[in-house]
Amino acid sequence: MSKKKAILSGNEAIARGVWEAGVRLASAYPGTPSTEILENVKNYKDIYSEWAPNEKVALEVGIGSSIAGARTLVTMKHVGVNVAADPLFTFSYTGVKGGLILVSADDPAMHSSQNEQDNRNYGRFAKIPVIEPSDSQECKDFVAVALDLSEEFDTPVMYRTTTRTSHSKSMVTLGERTEQSGKIELEKNMPKYTMLPVSAKKRHPLVEERIVKLKEYAETTPLNRVEYHDTKIGVITNGISYQYVREALPEASVLKLGLTYPLPENKIKEFAAKVDQLMIVEEGDPFFEDQIKAMGVAVDHGKDLFPLIGEFSVAFIKKQVRGIAVELKDAAADLPGRPPAFCPGCSHRGIFTILKKLKVFVSGDIGCYTLGALPPISAMHSCICMGASISMGHGMAKVVEQSDDMSQKVVSVIGDSTFFHSGMTSLLNCIYNKSNSVAMILDNRTTGMTGGQENPGSGRTLDGEEAISADIPALVKAFGIKNVVKIDPYNLVDIEEKMKAALASDEMVVVVVEAPCVLRYRISHPPLKVDPGKCTGCKQCLKVSCNALSLEEQGDDSFVVIDPNMCAGCGICAQVCKFDAIGK
Amino acid sequence: METTNILLAGVGGQGVLLASQIFTSVAIEADLDVKQSEVHGMSQRGGSVTSHVRFGDKVFSPTIDPGEADFLIGFERLETLRNIHCLKPGGTIIYNTMRINPSSVASGVAEYPDDVAEQIAASGEKTYAIDGLGLGQQAGNPRSANVVMVGAVSSFLSLPESLWEAKIRELLPPKLVDLNLKAFHLGREAVKGK
Repeated sequence: MSKKKAILSGNEAIARGVWEAGVRLASAYPGTPSTEILENVKNYKDIYSEWAPNEKVALEVGIGSSIAGARTLVTMKHVGVNVAADPLFTFSYTGVKGGLILVSADDPAMHSSQNEQDNRNYGRFAKIPVIEPSDSQECKDFVAVALDLSEEFDTPVMYRTTTRTSHSKSMVTLGERTEQSGKIELEKNMPKYTMLPVSAKKRHPLVEERIVKLKEYAETTPLNRVEYHDTKIGVITNGISYQYVREALPEASVLKLGLTYPLPENKIKEFAAKVDQLMIVEEGDPFFEDQIKAMGVAVDHGKDLFPLIGEFSVAFIKKQVRGIAVELKDAAADLPGRPPAFCPGCSHRGIFTILKKLKVFVSGDIGCYTLGALPPISAMHSCICMGASISMGHGMAKVVEQSDDMSQKVVSVIGDSTFFHSGMTSLLNCIYNKSNSVAMILDNRTTGMTGGQENPGSGRTLDGEEAISADIPALVKAFGIKNVVKIDPYNLVDIEEKMKAALASDEMVVVVVEAPCVLRYRISHPPLKVDPGKCTGCKQCLKVSCNALSLEEQGDDSFVVIDPNMCAGCGICAQVCKFDAIGK
Repeated sequence: METTNILLAGVGGQGVLLASQIFTSVAIEADLDVKQSEVHGMSQRGGSVTSHVRFGDKVFSPTIDPGEADFLIGFERLETLRNIHCLKPGGTIIYNTMRINPSSVASGVAEYPDDVAEQIAASGEKTYAIDGLGLGQQAGNPRSANVVMVGAVSSFLSLPESLWEAKIRELLPPKLVDLNLKAFHLGREAVKGK
């Protein structure tokens, strides 16, 4: 009988791979392009899986599970590893008991991210191996290899994907689950697991020895594969770039690296000696290139042809190597873009309409509400990373002279999931250090931007079981903040009055907006209608940026119409209308 | 078999991904190597969506480069035009003539061009404009416009009709199967003899 096959995305294949490899626990914080891994792992009932409030917690939960002897998966997007870096670097010293892989889903070209960092650098920095699959079959198969390697070399393994490997689908031959025989129990081993200077000093040399042994392993592992064809051009490549190279340069010989840190020096030198021209095709930083040049190997082309910004493609590689460009039809010019916008009915719309009106500086954060930065709303003025809004706003308010000038007043805006992730400590800092800033917590009871995942406030766990629903106002009060104000986000007068009062206060004010996500919880009211007799076509309502509204022009006359299939009946447009033209 | 490249372009919420899924499962059933790729994350919020479907004897890259698409399947007029440079010379355009305003147009910041259909036709390639919404409505629900498009494309591919029908039965919820089979056939007929 032929083996079972399925078409899986890289993320689905990783989930299948960890199930087959006997993983017992999986933890993650959602982040594009990694989110679907845990969403698929939860369907395998042999694995306990959970959403953690942030990536550091997710990795620490994973470390605990690994030290107890269980095979473990932890996943996050590339910037999440920055949050988890603290435990990661010392976990490198303690090593594992049950194998642990940390999936870092990188996002070259920033399809859905705030930066383009290349997390292979973490492998070198934390002195742990990095494994990179190039399609869904490898996404599944390399998991078992990575876990064996983790246990054999007593090290966590970084498992790096990119958006293209995580989100593209290809055929996968499936296997069955193999349970691990190792006992899961707590073993007291202070010198290995308690990192005090006295013990860490003994672990560090082991880490350095481990890298030397991993270099030997890199020479023989099937993860690194040479495919000799014509030897005029030899390409060293990894991940999705391998697929592009094979299609663009079918005659070229290829050294495909699946273990991308540490590198197999002998194998690379042997390959380089056999080819006339050596090229390195890697998206992101010159991670191979710098190391290979340091080995004394002559590299003919690397970052000179294949830049460190953005993604590659088959056509791009053909063009860079052969100078052949495909003749293209003219791309249509000046078409109106279609950027994402707040959903019809979204509770963020009214909030940002008023923040814009008040002309304050909005210190923003990461979530759906970051869309408040885009035109025509354009009312978010900074955004760096998860949880930064409140602390940055505090820093601004401490140095900017306070006056009645609204443009110099700051409002920090953060969502519920981001608040639980890393905004709570920022807020604690504000009250501790007597901040006079205003923080708004937009609590829509979900992790919206990544597709509506559960979080500590949503009342459910990853597998849908009932859970606590963290009480944000009570939490804020427990920090010692006296001024906690609740706002109805669908009442513009309420928002404006309460925000004005908050901005006039010389003490810290926290505004909590409780309104469930209309998309996640399918909330809809009867659609509104425009009375064309009353509508003057002034376009004031269009400034709230709702896709259900559009301007209809008939001759000299113009008026707004509402698409009843899209309108969620939230009433924000009706409240900005000066002519009372929008109603039920 | 040479690799066939199908680029699907539409707006978040139009069922572009389900349509891609029908193409990939039919190709798998026909024993072809298949890759499919899309970028998601913010597409639910009314943004542009494209999905790349490639099948043949051996497929490496999961994405279709500009100038390489055999078929450009547009689920909306403007999105069809936006991706026209992806079509290869001699390629085929099949698009739904419906219009969905981008937020920039709805808010009066930008204008939706009047001559989208003319600009598409000016590409000089075989073009089939379909009233996907109307045919979807005729099938019983305008939301089945995505399956109307699948039907239209299917008549250009040498894969048996029964395979398409079987996959629609498999991928759609039971109570929507009949409606979508009807939508599939309406799309398939709409391009015949043109």
